[in-house]
Amino acid sequence: MSLEQAGVPSVAVHTHVFARLAQATARAAGMPRTRQAYVPQPIVDQTPEQLRAYIEGHDPVSKRPFMQELIEGLTKSLDDEDLKGLTFERSTPRLLAPDTEDNLQKLFVENNWTDFLPVILPTEERVAAMLKGTSRKPDEVVARLRPAAFREFWEITVEKVAVNAVMAGAKPEYLPVILALIASGQTARSSSTTSFAVLGVVNGPIRDEIGMNSGIGAMGPYNHANATIGRAYNLASINGQGGSVPGESYMGSLGNWYNYSAVFPEAEERSPWQPFHVQKGFKPTDSTVSVFFGGWYTNAGYGPRATWQEKFRHCLAASEHHNPPLLVIDPIAARLFHKMGFDTKEKLIRWLHDNAQLPAREFWDNQWIQTLVKPLAEAGVEPWASKLKADPDELVTMFDEQDIHIVVTGGETQGAWKLFGGSWRGKIVSVDEWR
Amino acid sequence: MAELLTVHDPRGYPPKVTGKRLAQRPQSLDGKTLYLVDCLFDNSEVFMDQLRRWFAEHLPAVNTKTIKPRESWVDDPHMRAKIEKDGDAAILGVGL
Repeated sequence: MSLEQAGVPSVAVHTHVFARLAQATARAAGMPRTRQAYVPQPIVDQTPEQLRAYIEGHDPVSKRPFMQELIEGLTKSLDDEDLKGLTFERSTPRLLAPDTEDNLQKLFVENNWTDFLPVILPTEERVAAMLKGTSRKPDEVVARLRPAAFREFWEITVEKVAVNAVMAGAKPEYLPVILALIASGQTARSSSTTSFAVLGVVNGPIRDEIGMNSGIGAMGPYNHANATIGRAYNLASINGQGGSVPGESYMGSLGNWYNYSAVFPEAEERSPWQPFHVQKGFKPTDSTVSVFFGGWYTNAGYGPRATWQEKFRHCLAASEHHNPPLLVIDPIAARLFHKMGFDTKEKLIRWLHDNAQLPAREFWDNQWIQTLVKPLAEAGVEPWASKLKADPDELVTMFDEQDIHIVVTGGETQGAWKLFGGSWRGKIVSVDEWR
Repeated sequence: MAELLTVHDPRGYPPKVTGKRLAQRPQSLDGKTLYLVDCLFDNSEVFMDQLRRWFAEHLPAVNTKTIKPRESWVDDPHMRAKIEKDGDAAILGVGL
């Protein structure tokens, strides 16, 4: 669309499953008449002959010959609608028209404002009570959110976060944690085709103050605060960014159950290591939330047993290598690793980094490494450039050491650990500032 | 009769959308420079190469040039400037 504005006629080609997304994006950018042409999905793994057939075939959206769409898109005279573009104000009212509870519940579902589980309706009284959980002003902007880098930013205020917190069933005392999660600027509802979720980790005194669970079932639906804080983060992300609607603003092919709720506290008192927030420069008495973008893959194991090194190597090699791992480990297993000489998280992270390896041919044969990393490697950006020069069977490391993280939680009923896709990206936010 | 409730709208605040004009179109691509922008998705290079071949076979009077941004999903001002300077039209694609 930048090229059009610069005077260069353009047509964007997409696969047909992205038609609604492409049209919604063009409309939100003020260019609803942007010329788009479509080919069938997929492009990946198709031979040159198959792709040539797409080109010589029909556009599956317009049903007209694909090349005719392209050439007419570049040469057909513009009409009045093309020339004026589309300027409009969208507004969202503070309050909805009064209605019955049944009708309002139906309205929320039909508008995709929920996660399709029942919500608490955000009446004025409930929202006012929720807002007592923070000293911040209701009209203060907490963050600007969008589902993808190519979409427009929406703003979400303290009051709107409180509305979604009510819907999730949260208590007012949880609100500072929910506000801090949103203030990270990381939506919990990315539109990525990779079905990402966001794992939130809570550190510091707030965990006990609001009764979060870092014991048995910490990562499951066994605690009111854990469950509703994670749910509120997702609902506020959906509504704060203007939607998470399949085909339009959500394209995750398989979807992700972590999009319901995925926030848990670190078991700091039972961990042999520094809490995550202290590792990142906060004081133990500070309360923080940290967000890890991923939740796409989950690998797991026990131990450390005799073959722990092999187990970890297998899990690391099976990880999506464009999404570095977050190791979540039960205190029992953490203490055993500590006893083995890993007396800091950093030492275990170093081992994980050094042992997360793949042959270069496997490393580069990955959709996202091809799409996002290989261009950087070809441009000479390290460490990717060196990995690109490696022989096909040469082992290359999969992740940067600073991108691997460890959090301790769990009820010590088993020496278990899980390895999640979890890119941290430096997103840690003070909860205290949102009290 | 059921009680009527007044509840908050849960949505955030969208930006104002300002309309933008499309570029004027040439009557024909003959003799024009058409940039084929490979957006770097997996296998898009092969698609764009087939598109280039199609033009060479069916519309040889169109001067096609393939170009790539430095990174996928990231605006490349240098590439855009080159297209704006040398190009008469552009086709961008294609993902997944």
